[in-house]
Amino acid sequence: MNTKLLTAILLGSSVLCSAGAAFAQDATLTIESWRNDDLAIWQDKLIPAFEAKNPGIKVVFSPSAPTEYNAALNAKLDAGSAGDIITCRPFDASLDLYTKGKLADLTSLPGMENFSDVAKSAWTTDDGKATFCVPMASVIHGFIYNKDAFDKLGITPPATEEEFFAALDKIKADGTYIPMAMGTKDLWEAATMGYQNIGPNYWQGEEGRLALLKGEQKLTDAQWVEPYATLAKWKPYLGDGFEAQTYPDSQNLFTLGRAAIYPAGSWEISVFNTQAQFKMGAFPPPVRKAGDTCYISDHTDIGIGLNAASKNPDAAKTFLSWVASPEFAEIYANALPGFFSLNSTPVKMADPLAQEFVSWRDKCKSTIRSTYQILSRGTPNLENETWVESANVINGTDTPEVAAKKLQDGLDSWYKPAK
Amino acid sequence: MTATSANKRPFRWHIAIFLAPAVLVYTAIMIMPLFGTLQLALFRNVSQSQVFVGLDNFRTLFGDPNWSVNFWNALRNNVWFFIIHMLVQNPIGVVLAALLSSPKLRFSAFYRTAIFIPTILSFVIVGFAWKLILSPLWGVAPNLLDLIGLKSFFTPWLGKEEYALTTLGLISVWQFIGIPMMLIYAAMLSIPDEVIEAAECDGVTGMAQFWKIKLPLILPAIGIISILTFVGNFNAFDLIYSAQGALAGPNYSTDILGTFLYRAFFGFQLQVGDPNMGAAIATMMFLIILVGVCIYLFLIQTRLRRYQF
Repeated sequence: MNTKLLTAILLGSSVLCSAGAAFAQDATLTIESWRNDDLAIWQDKLIPAFEAKNPGIKVVFSPSAPTEYNAALNAKLDAGSAGDIITCRPFDASLDLYTKGKLADLTSLPGMENFSDVAKSAWTTDDGKATFCVPMASVIHGFIYNKDAFDKLGITPPATEEEFFAALDKIKADGTYIPMAMGTKDLWEAATMGYQNIGPNYWQGEEGRLALLKGEQKLTDAQWVEPYATLAKWKPYLGDGFEAQTYPDSQNLFTLGRAAIYPAGSWEISVFNTQAQFKMGAFPPPVRKAGDTCYISDHTDIGIGLNAASKNPDAAKTFLSWVASPEFAEIYANALPGFFSLNSTPVKMADPLAQEFVSWRDKCKSTIRSTYQILSRGTPNLENETWVESANVINGTDTPEVAAKKLQDGLDSWYKPAK
Repeated sequence: MTATSANKRPFRWHIAIFLAPAVLVYTAIMIMPLFGTLQLALFRNVSQSQVFVGLDNFRTLFGDPNWSVNFWNALRNNVWFFIIHMLVQNPIGVVLAALLSSPKLRFSAFYRTAIFIPTILSFVIVGFAWKLILSPLWGVAPNLLDLIGLKSFFTPWLGKEEYALTTLGLISVWQFIGIPMMLIYAAMLSIPDEVIEAAECDGVTGMAQFWKIKLPLILPAIGIISILTFVGNFNAFDLIYSAQGALAGPNYSTDILGTFLYRAFFGFQLQVGDPNMGAAIATMMFLIILVGVCIYLFLIQTRLRRYQF
C-alpha cells in the first residue's frame, strides 16, 4: 500500500514537473550560492523586486551548505549542470574558475562602473584587466562597545590610540568589566579582529598592501611590525585565561555584558542585536595621532558572476546589472545588517550600528585584508601563519620583530614579486 | 596412493567462496586506498595534470624547511603523545584491572561500566566537554580547584604552549583508559585458580603475588595493548581537531601527524589542499606504524613467554 502510494506520488510529481517545464517559456535563471541563511531574503524580497521589473525572467535561488559549496559547484560546473548565476567566493577560488573558463568575463557589464577598484579587487585578474564577478557585499572591521558601560564610566569612544589605551586603563581600574573581549585560542580572532583590524592605520591601507604585493615593502618594515607591537599591548586588558578563550566565548562575554569592548567584524551586528540586552555603539580602529587619516578594513566577501556555459546569458546579464544597481544594494544591506553593499552609491540603512560602521567609509580610506590577494597561494600559507603569529605575539611567545621575520621568511621562500 | 587422493580431492571452492566477502570488502576499502595513497605520493600536479615525479614529494617533505620543520615538530609531538599514553594510560589500566579482579571489591560491575563509558563517547563530545570543563570563563575546573584551595594551580591549560599537548594527552587517556583495563581484566580472569592457590601454598601473597605471578602471565596482553596504543596514537587526529582546530594551536604545539596530514591534504582556510604532499605524509605515517609494528612482532612478541595451562 505504502509503496503504491509512494510510486503514485513520485509519478505525479514528475508529471507535474515536466508539465511545469513545458509551460515555462520565460527564461529561468538559477542562482548557485552557499548562503542558505539568506534563502528567505532572496525569495521574499530580492527576487520579487527583480521579477516585477523584468517580466519574462524567472529567478530561482538554490543554495547549498557552505562547507560543501566549493566542491559541489566545481562538480556541477564540470558536469554542465550548474545554474546560470554563480555566487563567487573572494580571490583565488573564483579566479581559478575564471582561468578555467567556467566564469564569464563581466568587465563591460552595465553597472560595473558603480564599483571602485578596491571593491572589485577580489574578482579581478592579477593584472587588473578583467573582472568576472559583481561585488555584492563586504564586511567592515572596527570595535563594538557596550554603551551602558561607557556611559557609566564616563568614557567617550576613543579616536586615537592614546585615548584607546586610556579608556582600557579606566575600565580595568574600575574592575566591573573585562576591558576587551578577545581570546587567542582560535587563533583567527587575533589575526582577523586584531592585526587586520588595526593594521591598515599603520601600513596606510591600499598603499601598503599594494607595496607589499609589489615587493616594495616587507613584513619586517616598521609599518607592518608596529601593529604587532600594539597587539602585544592588548594582553593585560584581555580576560583571565584569554589563551583558552574561544571565539564563541568572546561573543558571549560581550553579549552577556561582562566585557566593555569587542574587536569586531560587522557580521556580528545581527547576532549581537538579538542577544545583547544593552545599548551598543561602534568606533573605527583608532588612529595613531589626532588628525591622521584613518583606514578601515572593508573586506570584500561575496560576489556574483555568470556561468560561462549559461543558456540564457542575456537574461543573466540583465539580472547581474540589476544586482549592480543601487536598488539591489538597498534591499540587501537592510535585510542583512553587517553585510555592506560595495556599491559606490550610498545606501540608506535602518540599523544604527550598521549605519555607524558604514559611515566610516566616508571619512576613512578602505582596504581589504592584506593577506588575501595573491600572498596566500604558496607554502607556507601567509594567512594561516598570520593567525599563528598574531596569537603568539599576544600570548608573548614571540616578540613582534620575531613574528614579522618568520612571516617574511615564509613569504620569501615562495613569493617572488614581479618588479 | 598420494597421487590418486590428490586427484580425487577436488579444488575446495567453498574455502575461496567463504573467504571472498571479507577479502573483497577488505581489498576494496582498505588495500586499494592504501596503494592508491602510496601511488598518489609519487605524483605531482603540474599544470592541471598528474605527473610522475618519483620521490620528489619526499625530498620536499624532508628537504624544504617549510615542510620538514612542521613534519619533525608533528612527529615529536606525536612521540610525546604516545609516551604519555604508555606512562599513564597503560599502568593505570593495569592497576584498575587488578583492583577490579579482586574478589573483595564490591560494585565492581558498576566501576567497570563507569570507567569504560568515555571510550564509547564520540571524540567531538569529549573534545567539547573538556574544552568547557577547562574553560577559564565558564568551566568547572577553576571552581573545583578553588574549593580545595588550589586556585593558584589553574592556568588555561589548553591555551598554553607548554601544557596544551600534555593536557590533550591526558584527556585522551581519560577517554581510552577503558580499553587496556578491559583487556587486562580479561587476561587476569583467565589466570587459573590453581596457579594462584599454588602460589598461596608457597607463601606468595599480596603484592608479591601480583608482581611474580600475575604480571608475567598478563605480559602478552600488555604487549597487545602497547601496540594498539602505538597504532592508535600515530593515527590520532580527531581529538586535537575537535579541541584545538586544524591549525593545532597555540603555535603548532599540539600539531600531530594527523592534523599535519589534514592541512596538507585538504587545505585549510586560504591554504589550498595538496593531495600529493598529503599522500606523502600519509605514506610516512604508514611507514612509521609499519616499522613500529614490525619491531613489536619480531623483537618483542617472539620473546614473550607463553604459559599453557
